[in-house]
Formats: sequence, structure tokens, C-alpha cells
Amino acid sequence: MHSKTSRYVGLLYVLPALAFVLTFTVYPLGQMVWMSLHNWSLIAAKKYVGAGNFIKAWNDPQFWISLEFTLKYTILITPVLMVLGYLIALLTAENRPLRQITRSIVFVPVVIGLGASSLLWYWLFSYDFGLVNRALLDLGVIAKPVVWFGADADVALWAVIVSIVWKVVGFGTILFVAAIHAIPGEIGEAAMVDGAGYWQRVRRITLPLTAKTILLVTLVSVIGSLLAFDQFYIMTAGQPRNLTATSVFLIYLNSFPYLKLGYGAALSLILAGIILVCTCLQMLLSRRSHA
Amino acid sequence: MSAFGDAAAADRSSTRYLARGGLVERLAHGRQKYLVAAACVAVSTVMLLPLVASVLASLKSTEEAAAVPPTYFPHSLSLDSYERLWNYQAGLPTYFSNSLGAALLTILFCLVLTIPAGYGLAKFRIPAKEALFVVLLLGLIVPYQALLTPLFFLFVQLKLHNSLVGLAIVHTAIQLPFSIYVMRNAFEAVPRELEEAAIMDGCNSFQVLLYICLPAVVPAMITVSLFAFITSWNELLAALVIMNKDSSFTLPLILAAARQQTSIGGTDWGMLQAGITISIIPCMAFYLLLQKYYMAGFLSGAVK
Repeated sequence: MHSKTSRYVGLLYVLPALAFVLTFTVYPLGQMVWMSLHNWSLIAAKKYVGAGNFIKAWNDPQFWISLEFTLKYTILITPVLMVLGYLIALLTAENRPLRQITRSIVFVPVVIGLGASSLLWYWLFSYDFGLVNRALLDLGVIAKPVVWFGADADVALWAVIVSIVWKVVGFGTILFVAAIHAIPGEIGEAAMVDGAGYWQRVRRITLPLTAKTILLVTLVSVIGSLLAFDQFYIMTAGQPRNLTATSVFLIYLNSFPYLKLGYGAALSLILAGIILVCTCLQMLLSRRSHA
Repeated sequence: MSAFGDAAAADRSSTRYLARGGLVERLAHGRQKYLVAAACVAVSTVMLLPLVASVLASLKSTEEAAAVPPTYFPHSLSLDSYERLWNYQAGLPTYFSNSLGAALLTILFCLVLTIPAGYGLAKFRIPAKEALFVVLLLGLIVPYQALLTPLFFLFVQLKLHNSLVGLAIVHTAIQLPFSIYVMRNAFEAVPRELEEAAIMDGCNSFQVLLYICLPAVVPAMITVSLFAFITSWNELLAALVIMNKDSSFTLPLILAAARQQTSIGGTDWGMLQAGITISIIPCMAFYLLLQKYYMAGFLSGAVK
């Protein structure tokens, strides 16, 4: 199968996938660059504006509000996800029935849809009809119901964070457990002979030896958070006053309801640039882990 | 549950050092045993509670579902919410089959594209293979969220907006890098001797793919299909952009729309929970049934 002709036979097999990627990823990417340089809407004529759309973004307060809010969300949720994910991994790493069941249960929300889970939490956090207010009132934690969504951007942010931690904490847990299982048993046993206590062993052995996984999961989670959309679209709808509209939300708003496609494309390009940096870091890291 | 063991069972001894004198061993003797067990039960309860609450709420009667303050447990069980969901706007059957159609098409596209691609990449010398692989994995670098504006425009020109094929194309684009990665690895694991024997018998490369390699990569095909299904079934943003006719909505779309306006005036919370329950069931079922394949794909491709 490795004669000279098979070089092209192989290419033939790859061709359909290649054509697909060229049509539905590479071409739109080029189109996006082109659009970002134009004043482009479905109705009006296209007009070349050069860097105009990018300058517009720079001067658009909403662009900065959205970027800042997205970063804030990412910076707040990532440590919560990592620490909780790791603690649950430590708790459930041993292969015993109760722990394995717990691990499976923690992972369940990962497979359900982000839209469904956001709607579920939108209900739980609802002012009148939600069980969160009901339970907090019954427990005496709060004196009157809290308006979770629509009034205060920070309150809404924390409510969304709670829902997303519930939804994705299992993602990290499973990968951490796999990393913990990959640690050679002798290393820990040697430490035990030295009389190291449990948390000492976690700190000196488990954490350093799973550091690469922690870093990778952190990056994946950062990328996911920077691209957040569903949870805010459903739970806050950007309210109050678009203060909780994330970067992807802003792209959506400009491109579709407002039909400012050129501006939307410029915003997309900026976001793609930010994500590119994160992805390159991630690929560098995972490449090294193969070596 | 044993599926987690795949990665886990490989090295049972590796957690022993954490165990002995640590959580696990003391667990075997002392009070710690109950502490760990209690922690496990507490974590599981917190994770399951929202889902249980949603299912219970979907079974409340119409009046009870709209009660302020809400009740924890339904006083009586009723399928009213499901009935209203069934008849909501274009009707649940329409939305359900839209979602199912998009998901099945996504599975089909993913398999049709990535089986030959994985085979080609794994078994042949191809000029500039590395560069080709990078192009194929481009979707990992450029998030699809950023590509939706030009994609929408392209789809308008191709008359693919408001069509399940168009939506499935976007979902396939999302899943393609992962799927190619999984398929290539699977084909690489097929022993060369098998193919060589087949070639001696006069098989051409397509017959080798069909009769020798394909049966060996069935697990990878299941993994690819499972992830394609879950992605497509749950995806919201692309559907929001591409499907703007009420009758072409998918489940996540109609539920997101129903959170604001429903037939009973305000939000119909009972119906919403019924919708959430229905959209969660297939994902949960496939995950529980095919956990082994899910974890295989997850651990190999989730962070790479």
C-alpha cells in the first residue's frame, strides 16, 4: 500500500473531509476577514471601511463592557471549577463502588445540554417560582426573596457561576482522576514510608505529578468560559442593560438582531485572536505531554 | 459504572499511597470511613437535586406548577405539563424530530467524512500530511462561535438556512476535529499484517477499508456518533442563528423561546421543566448505556 501511487490514493480518502473544512471553515474564515473590512448588512450596499469596524469596536463602550464582563466571569469561575473539581477527584479517585458511583453522578450534568441546564437553573433562581429562594427563606438565610436575574449584574453573575459549576465540575474531576491513576504507585508508597501525612502527600506528590493535567484543564476551561453564550442568553438575556452580555453574546447581537454583519465579523475576529492565543498554549502543552 | 475503570483499573496501585493512612485506609477502620462516605453522598445529592427537582416539577399539576411560593414535592402527579408541551406552537413532535433529524444527519456527515479521512491519514503516505492534518483540525483553533456570521451569509446564498442539513453542517464542523482525531487513532491501531494478508488475496485499498479495517474500528465509530449526537442535540447558538422559522426550531431553541412567552401568559414553568426533562433523557440514556465509549473519547480527545 506504500507504492508511489498510493500517495495520491491516500489523499483521495482525505479529500471529502478536506473539501468540507475548506468550504465550511476556511472559506468563512476568509469571508469573515473580508466582511470585517466592510460596512456590510443584508439590506444596504457593502462599503469598504478598512479598519473602521475595529476602530468602532475600540470606541464602543459595550465592546469593553462585554470583554471585561467575560474576563471577570472567566477569572471568577476558573479557580472555583479547578479547586472543586480536584477535591472531588481526590475524594473519589479510589476505585470503590461508592466513589465510582459518585464520580458517575458528578459527571452526569456534563452530558446534558447547556441550554437545558441553564433553563433548569433559570427556574431554580426565579424570584417567585424558584426553589432557591424558597429554600433560602425556609432555612432563614435570607429574609426576603432575592432578585437573581435582571437587577444586579454581580448577583446574576454569581447565580450563573453556581449553575455552570454544577454543570461542568465533573469535566475536570474525571480528567484529574485519570491523571491521579497514572501516578506510579511506588512514588507515593515511598513517601508513605517517610511518614508523610495525607495532605502532605497530596501537596508533594499528587499535585506536582498532575500539574500538567491541571494546566490543560484550566486552559480548556478558560477557553470555554471566554466563549460563554448559552448560559447568559437564557438566564440573564444580557440584562440589566447589556451588562451581562458576554463577548459571544455581543457578536450575536450585532450580527443577527441588529444585522451589522461587518461589525459582527470584526468582533468575531478579535475574539478568535484571543482564543487563538489560548489554544496555542494548550497545543504546546499537550504536545509536550506526548513526548 | 465500571467504565471509569478503563482508565482507573489500569493502575489500581497508584491510589494506594493516597489511601493507606489517608482517606481510604482510615476509612476502613475509623470514623473517617463515615466522613468519606458522607462526603460522597453529599456531593451526589447536590449534583442530583436540581435534576430531581426538575423532573418532579414537570409532574406537578398546572396550578401547582404556577404556585408562589413553589412546593418542593408535587401534591399530586399529573401529565398536564407534558400535554401542553406536546401542543405548544408547532408541537413537540415537530421540535423533537427537528432535533433528532439534525443529530442523525450530524452523525451521518461525521462518519462519512471521518472514516475515509482517518483511514487515509493512518494508513497512507500523503504529501504534506502534517500541514493537511493542521488544516483538518482548524476548527480547534477557530471557534465556530466566531464563524457564524460568515456561515450564516454563506447559508443564505446556498439556501441552507432554516434547513436541518445546514444546521447539521455546522454541528459537523464543530465535531470534525475531534472525530478525525479519534478515527485516525483507531485506524492506526489496526495491525498491518491483517491488511497485508488481504492485499495478497487481491483486495484493493477500498476493500481493505470495508472488510478488514471497518469492523475493527466500530468502537471508534460509536464514540464519534455518540459525541456527534450529544453536541448536535444540545447545541443552541448555531441553531439560533440558522433556524429562524418557528417550525424549524430545535428543542433547545423552542425551550429558550418558551421561557418568555407561552400560551398561559407568563412563563409556563411546568411545561418548561417537562421540556428540560425530555431533552435530557436521550443524553442521559446514551451516556449511561455507552459510558465505555464516552469515556474512551473523553479521555483521549477532550483536552487535546
